[in-house]
Amino acid sequence: MAVLYLTDDNFEKETLNNKGIMLVDFWATWCPPCRMLGPIIEEVAKETGDKYKIGKVDVDQANETASKHSIMSVPTMIIFKDGQEVDRLVGARPKEEIIETLEKYNK
Amino acid sequence: MDSNKKMTYDLIIIGSGPAGLTASIYASRYNLNNLVFGKKIGGTIGLAYKVENYPGFRSIPGLDLMAKIEEHSKDLGGQIVYDPVQKITKRGEPASPMSNRGEQDFIVYTLSGQTYQAKTIIVATGTERRTLGINGENEYLGKGVSYCTTCDAPFYKDKIVALVGGSDGAISGAVHAAEYAKKVYVIYRKNQLRAEPAWINEWKNIEVSGKGEAIYNTNIIEIKGDGQKITQVVLDTDYKNQKELVVDGVFIEIGGVPGTSLAQEMGIEMNDEHFIKVDKWMDTNIPGVFAAGDCTDFIYGFAQMITACGMGALAARSAYVYLRKEMAPQQRGI
Repeated sequence: MAVLYLTDDNFEKETLNNKGIMLVDFWATWCPPCRMLGPIIEEVAKETGDKYKIGKVDVDQANETASKHSIMSVPTMIIFKDGQEVDRLVGARPKEEIIETLEKYNK
Repeated sequence: MDSNKKMTYDLIIIGSGPAGLTASIYASRYNLNNLVFGKKIGGTIGLAYKVENYPGFRSIPGLDLMAKIEEHSKDLGGQIVYDPVQKITKRGEPASPMSNRGEQDFIVYTLSGQTYQAKTIIVATGTERRTLGINGENEYLGKGVSYCTTCDAPFYKDKIVALVGGSDGAISGAVHAAEYAKKVYVIYRKNQLRAEPAWINEWKNIEVSGKGEAIYNTNIIEIKGDGQKITQVVLDTDYKNQKELVVDGVFIEIGGVPGTSLAQEMGIEMNDEHFIKVDKWMDTNIPGVFAAGDCTDFIYGFAQMITACGMGALAARSAYVYLRKEMAPQQRGI
């Protein structure tokens, strides 16, 4: 599934009202590990097909959403299940680890 | 990558920081078919908010400088794959006086399950962040604890932060944090900062402005919070008659531990602190395996970008000389 670019305007609708598992990558343009993680997130989206919804939040563009979710470090990936946060991964991770974490919540 | 799997590279470089990418630049110019494996874009220097001692660049963000070096190495034919290497094994034996042609290959296994072959290897795996190993450090990771000032300083606008360490990385980080925070404490276990005087001068200006305070001969022994975020740190020595310091964030910049677990499994010799032992040509104890950069014991204690680049160049040159010796005598012109 294509990666969704989320903003303060559509975050709630796309994430909190979503049924199923969703991964949201909070990132910033100035952060080196975020640049590393960007293509990995794209690959996760490509490899997992329709199984998971995947979104990205540029913390500069979506201040309110970032602060509502207490983002103090980038990159941070939050995993939501039926709109509820169930896990968060701080720092860039390999693709395999991200998929494994998603699978864990899909059971 | 399937077509790559079948071929044998002249050289595989593990690590995409300054040492690894410089090795690739030199290797490409020696006509060595080379492949670089990266785990972190730009290595440790990629996290530096500014680099001001690399010749030719008065002041440049670490990641921008590394992007230029990456472009340079790709332009010359080097390929970079961001797929962490899990294991390296050896097949066959190197050349010896009895057989002048070696039949040695190294097999590189990556996390995604791919395998690659090479005649020579350069290990340039740098270091991993050293942690304090104290209560609260893991619990508050991403909730006030950070190992990257470049990434996270902007989240502390008008807040109070502590920076642990006294090196270039720590003090440049403190200077960066002071652009956002209303107060920055530098907490250092020794009595004198060990950063370059140029960084110390910038920090002194922040101290004079009243925004910065350095606390010497002191360690943080615990990070406390309310479950959601950090509220204070506990010191091992009183500061202004207090054991606790109220902060919103703690940046930990206390250097690195060598990322040499791969090397250890391969049987590469290391010193007591797990830095790879190299000679002046970056040879390790295993023929055909070289090492470069922060993961080596070469000029230990002076981990600079320019020295890492120098080591990368030396290691590539050694791989080139080694491969020439591995060729049949007529090809060497004997």
